[in-house]
Amino acid sequence: MNLSRRHFLVLVPAAAVAWKAVLAGTPEEAPNYNKAEHWWGMLIDIPKCIGCGNCVRACEAENDVPEGHFRTWVERYHVTDGNMTNPEVISPDGGKEGFPAVQEDAGKYFFVPKMCNHCADSPCTQVCPVGATFVTPDGVVLVDQKYCLGCAYCVQACPYGCRYIHPEKKVADKCTLCYHRITKGLTTACCENCPTGARQLVDLKNPKDPIHEFLKTHSVQVLKPQMATGAKVYYNELDGSVR
Amino acid sequence: MSSLKDAGHLFRFAGLFVLAFVVFLVVRHWVVPKSFGQYGHYRGAAISEMAARPVKFAGHEACETCHTDKADEKKAGKHAHVNCEACHGALAKHADDPASVIPVKPDTAMLCARCHTASAAKPKNFPQVVPAEHSNGLSCETCHNPHSPAMNAGGAK
Repeated sequence: MNLSRRHFLVLVPAAAVAWKAVLAGTPEEAPNYNKAEHWWGMLIDIPKCIGCGNCVRACEAENDVPEGHFRTWVERYHVTDGNMTNPEVISPDGGKEGFPAVQEDAGKYFFVPKMCNHCADSPCTQVCPVGATFVTPDGVVLVDQKYCLGCAYCVQACPYGCRYIHPEKKVADKCTLCYHRITKGLTTACCENCPTGARQLVDLKNPKDPIHEFLKTHSVQVLKPQMATGAKVYYNELDGSVR
Repeated sequence: MSSLKDAGHLFRFAGLFVLAFVVFLVVRHWVVPKSFGQYGHYRGAAISEMAARPVKFAGHEACETCHTDKADEKKAGKHAHVNCEACHGALAKHADDPASVIPVKPDTAMLCARCHTASAAKPKNFPQVVPAEHSNGLSCETCHNPHSPAMNAGGAK
């Protein structure tokens, strides 16, 4: 390794600060966030979701999401007997203010929070003609809004409907997996504000992350697996009627 | 050399091509951002620009460094896993400057009902009430402490 004395003297204090965070048991808080050491995703535990809409409001507050657009939203499914292929799905204002109460009724109800799946082989990044959207080395799909032309190819390409054109900026906008938070050692705004722990940020490259045990012991599914997008939002106990 | 005697027009054309290529390289160098291609077919600097945005929710760890009493109270109760800002709202500004940014006390009647209003759509094991029948018009805090909501934990503190 070719290391000049000047470079070495710069590295030593940086390493000392990082080591302090490692000793404190919080390596993710070390200032030298290393993109190569993370591979972010999310776990959504359907049986825990109560449809309160806290995640939608938190996302809006954290990311200045324009009115009428959503980076995350909650859908309520109502599957009546024997009608798996045609469930009744509602999402009033993205589920931001919760859902109307229902009395006991035939069939089953459940909530499905949705968001960008941060696909590893994402169709949205493949269609961008200018390289304005991409998967980062740590597995987050982002939009470079200074480079985006607003052609909306990616909005059409996303199989999950997770992108929109920002009404004022006229460029593509989407969930960033709170990239400004996760690189600072915080969790996303939606996970931070989920009162039941139905949403959890997961780091698939961290061997100590509970996700590895969870994936082994639960029935976990991604949305539209047949499209082979490499989606990294994992749903626990996802019903077969969810599209 | 006689074979090249009539090839002047080809050299002129080649010269034009070389000139166009040089112009292309110069314009490209000027137009394409420095960090383009650093990690892939995109502007590498966009990643750090995105990461540099300020946060609005401070995170419960930040709250707990000062509000240890509330954190302990909450830890013992049923709301142990409900993080502070889920009810109190985004308060990174308060965490940065506690003296000048004073949080507003949340409206419990609205907040409690948002999660706990009975609905057949909610998971069966989640505690649910019909607010109008449940409290007889009394506010939630009369009986429940939001930080530790079980009845025997006492009212608002």
